[in-house]
Formats: sequence, structure tokens, C-alpha cells
Amino acid sequence: MSLDKEKIKHVAKLARISVDEAKVASLTKDLNSIFKFIEQLNELNTDKVEPLTSILNQSLRSRKDEISDGKIREKILQNSPKKNEEFFVVPKVVE
Amino acid sequence: MSNITNLSLSEILKSIKSKKISSLELTQAYIKNIENAKKLNAFVTTTFDQALENAKKFDNKPNNEQLLSGVPLAVKDLFCTENVKTTAGSNILNNFIPSYESTVTKNLWNNGAFLLGKLNCDEFAMGSSNETSFFGNVINPVGDHLVPGGSSGGSSSALAADLTPATIGTDTGGSIRQPASFTGTVGFKPTYGLCSRWGIVAFASSLDQAGPMTKTVNDCSIMLEAMSGFDDKDSTSINKKKETYSKNLKDNIKGLKIGIPKEYRVDNMPKEIDELWEKGKKILKDLGAQLIDISLPHTKYALPTYYIVAPAEASSNLARYDGVRYGYRSQKGKDLIEMYENTRSEGFGDEVKRRILIGTYVLSSGYYDAYYLKAQKVRQLIKKDFDDSFTKVDAILTPSTPSSAFKIGEKTNDPVSMYLNDIFTVPVNLAGLPALSLPAGLDKKGYPLGLQLIGKALDEQKILNIGYAFEKNCGYKNEIKKWWS
Repeated sequence: MSLDKEKIKHVAKLARISVDEAKVASLTKDLNSIFKFIEQLNELNTDKVEPLTSILNQSLRSRKDEISDGKIREKILQNSPKKNEEFFVVPKVVE
Repeated sequence: MSNITNLSLSEILKSIKSKKISSLELTQAYIKNIENAKKLNAFVTTTFDQALENAKKFDNKPNNEQLLSGVPLAVKDLFCTENVKTTAGSNILNNFIPSYESTVTKNLWNNGAFLLGKLNCDEFAMGSSNETSFFGNVINPVGDHLVPGGSSGGSSSALAADLTPATIGTDTGGSIRQPASFTGTVGFKPTYGLCSRWGIVAFASSLDQAGPMTKTVNDCSIMLEAMSGFDDKDSTSINKKKETYSKNLKDNIKGLKIGIPKEYRVDNMPKEIDELWEKGKKILKDLGAQLIDISLPHTKYALPTYYIVAPAEASSNLARYDGVRYGYRSQKGKDLIEMYENTRSEGFGDEVKRRILIGTYVLSSGYYDAYYLKAQKVRQLIKKDFDDSFTKVDAILTPSTPSSAFKIGEKTNDPVSMYLNDIFTVPVNLAGLPALSLPAGLDKKGYPLGLQLIGKALDEQKILNIGYAFEKNCGYKNEIKKWWS
């Protein structure tokens, strides 16, 4: 299959990345060459193969559902590009 | 002692213990080297003041009972360090100062080491040449026109140039072993789950693993011992008793069975790589190991599988960079969505964007089965190849890379040719296995070449032992001339 410019713009929208119109052509070329490479996998019949979901011979641990930390609001906010006292600030969402 | 920085980590530790040199003198010697090596661009951040303070503190009250007593270490800038900027080589984290310390670096500090600085790397560890970093490419000390490998290119460059006595990197598809091979150093990717991923900037969570990069195998065993161990904060951390790799290091490998996989002889591979492999086989055979031909039939599908699985996981991991909670935020855009889109477009570099788009596409509705599910099935087959082989052999010997270090800019316009660099290292990540890259020789241009030893899951000690015996009998010498200072 091949990816056209429209498809790439759609995927970029899904990924929340704005793509410069001037760069769409070269991106299309790169992604198509990568997908051509990836599609070698179609040579293999995998109908009877179980997908691998974990490479560990252990299942994920569970823990008690209880609070193990907290009271670190300052630390959580310290790297925010824009904050207002105890809140993260974003562009206006509701008119 | 003017040449202290030429020594291996274990020799440096001995010198500190016997008080031949103080931690302060050692730290000052590295700082001097780093200041003279700006051309290599190996560092994103230096923490000299803090390092000098820590060295003085150690000298005033030396504790020599620790694995890394009094040693300054620079680490890849993918490990979060408390109150020290951590960028992952990206503009989007250009101003990020973690309020916490990664478990792996904390383990190093708990063993007596302290931070010297943060090392450049490919952006979010996505790259094989350290050319995708927002902070510019790193230069290989082997030659001023050569890449140091990637993504842990700052780490390999700094280590080979004597800017740190040892270091740590991360390896998602070869990011420790390939740069080690390109710089004539030792690089080890441990079993998935041996070293905690907590506090490491995430790329592909089912593949990422931290590991040591050192001058010798003995150093490697010391670093691995210090950094590994169970961590409750990483849900995939393996809960087992801590091993003492350095104490148990032995060079007797008589009777061990070494598998030689026929699929690792690829088209257009330089003759020198083949010759190096032959040399490695002979060394192990002369040491009493038995060579056994094996087959890993799905090897050629490892890279295509990787380029589905890794971008898929990356697209989901990197969704967190939204310009709201931390990191870079674009000033452009009239609403929230445009702010996200511009932040991510300006904050991420081209390779990262490419991979996020691949990942988003292969996970998107209607394509999931054809790509992601297919890749997970092939990953199963690749793992089974290794499982089958390890019923017959103790370890597997292969080349680390299909070539020596290439020129800066040589592969930047062709992503697939760049990806092919990881052809021998990627299968190991997909199967979660430990693998060691050892310097084994030079090509005709005089550039280092490495061989890789792959082991069973959690068979680190055996791999280190084989590497140790190999190193003693290989006669590889680092012949880097310090042209940059």
C-alpha cells in the first residue's frame, strides 16, 4: 500500500503534529520507503501464531490500591510553561 | 598522576582506595579533559561544581567499601537527574528540570559515584549516529569526520575520549552496542527488566533497557552490578536476588557451546566483518569453547518488526508532550488544539516526527491488524528462534554492526539505510535478551569493529565471563589519538 499526501496529513492530525505544507512531499517519500521496507513481513504466514504481548516470564505485579505519595503539587507544577498559582494554564477552551 | 584518565574504571578505583589519587584530583583531571574536548560535542550539560563538592566530601570521609567509591560519572541525557536539566536530546525538553532521580542513576550514586555531566544523544534515543540531537551531532574521537554511533553517541564518544571513566546508555534497538562498536569500547544491553526503567525518558517501553558502557569487561561487570536490581516503581522490573557480577567474573569458558547463526552473514557485508567474525570464533575455540552452527530463520524480519513495534510504542509514549505540564510550549495557535500541534511540530525533530507518524498510522483504526498485530506475531517467531537455539548453545557470537563508523551526513537522507545499521542488534531487543558488544579489531581504515555475544535471559554472568576471556586473548588496543585537544 502507499501513503498519499492526504493520508499523511490525516495521520499528522491524529498525532497532533502540524506539518509544514512544504515538507509534506519529502515526508511522503520517506514514509513510503519505510513502509515498503516494513511490508516485507507480508511474506510470512502468521495465521497460527499467537502475538507476543510480554517478553517477561512473569505477569505484571499488582499492588494494593492505596496512596503511596502525594503533597507534591509544587514539584508537579515546577516545570509548567504556564501556571496560575495551583493550576496549569492552557489556551481558552470554552467560548 | 597525569594519565589517570587513561586508566580503566577498576584501575581508577584501586588508585582511589590506595590513596594514590584523591577523588578531587580525579574529578579535576576529567574536568580538564572535558574542557579540552568541546569539539566532540559529547556533553549537553556539565555539573562540575556539584562534582567537585561531592569529590571533596568523599575525600574528607572516604568510604571505600562501595562499588564505585569516589568516582565521577557522566551519564546519557535520557536519565532523569534531580535538579539537573534532562533533555533527551530534544527541544521539547530543552528546559526540563526533573524533581526526581532515575532509579538507575540513584543506584550509581548509592554505590559511591557522583554526577559529572549529561551526555548528548539522539533525540529521544531515536537514531544510530547521534545526528538527530537538538544539541547538534557528536563527533567520534576515532576521526573528526565520523559519527560516534547512536543513540548513546555522547556516551560512547565521552568514554573513548577519556571524558568519563565509565558511563551508562540505553538500548532500544542497539543504542548501546552499536556506538560501543563504533568507538572500540564495551557496551552491554542487559536482559529486559534487569535495570529499572523508572525515571528514564521513555522511547519504546517493551524494548528500552539501560546498560553500562565501559573500557573493559571487568568495568562492565562492576557498573552492571551497581546499576541493576529490582525496583517496585517499574512494573516490568524482575524481582530476583541481586548478583555480584564483578566478584564472580571468571575467564574459564572451556566446554561452553557457542552458536554461530548463519543468517548474520548479510549481503554486501564488508569482508572485514566476516574476517573479524572468523577471528572471534577462533579465539573462543582456542579457549576450549565448542562452536555450533545454528539457524535463527526469522532474523531478516527483525528490523521490519522493530519499525512497527518501536514507533507504535513511541507514538503513545510521546503523546505526553503537550506543552501544558512541562517542556516547550509554542506561542503560536489560536486554540488548545493548535497549541498542541505547533508545540509538537516545533518541539520535535524530523526523525522523531517520522516515527510518531509511523506509530500513529500502524495503530490507527483499520490498520492495527495488518501492521501492529502482524509485528507482534513475528516478534513471537523471532523470540522462538532464540528459545530453540538456547536449548543447544550457551551463547551466540555475531558481529555487532554491518560496518565500522560511517561519515557524518552519509546516511541522513535515507532513513532505511540508517535503520539497517541495527540489523544485528535489534533481534536481541525484540527477544528481551542480554547482549555484549566487545571491541575485537580494526578495519583497514583503522576504525574499530565489534563482536556481539548474545545470551539467554538473565544469563549476564556467563556472557560477561565469555567476554572477559575473549578480551584477554583478543589483544585489542584502543589507539585513539587525542586530535581534539
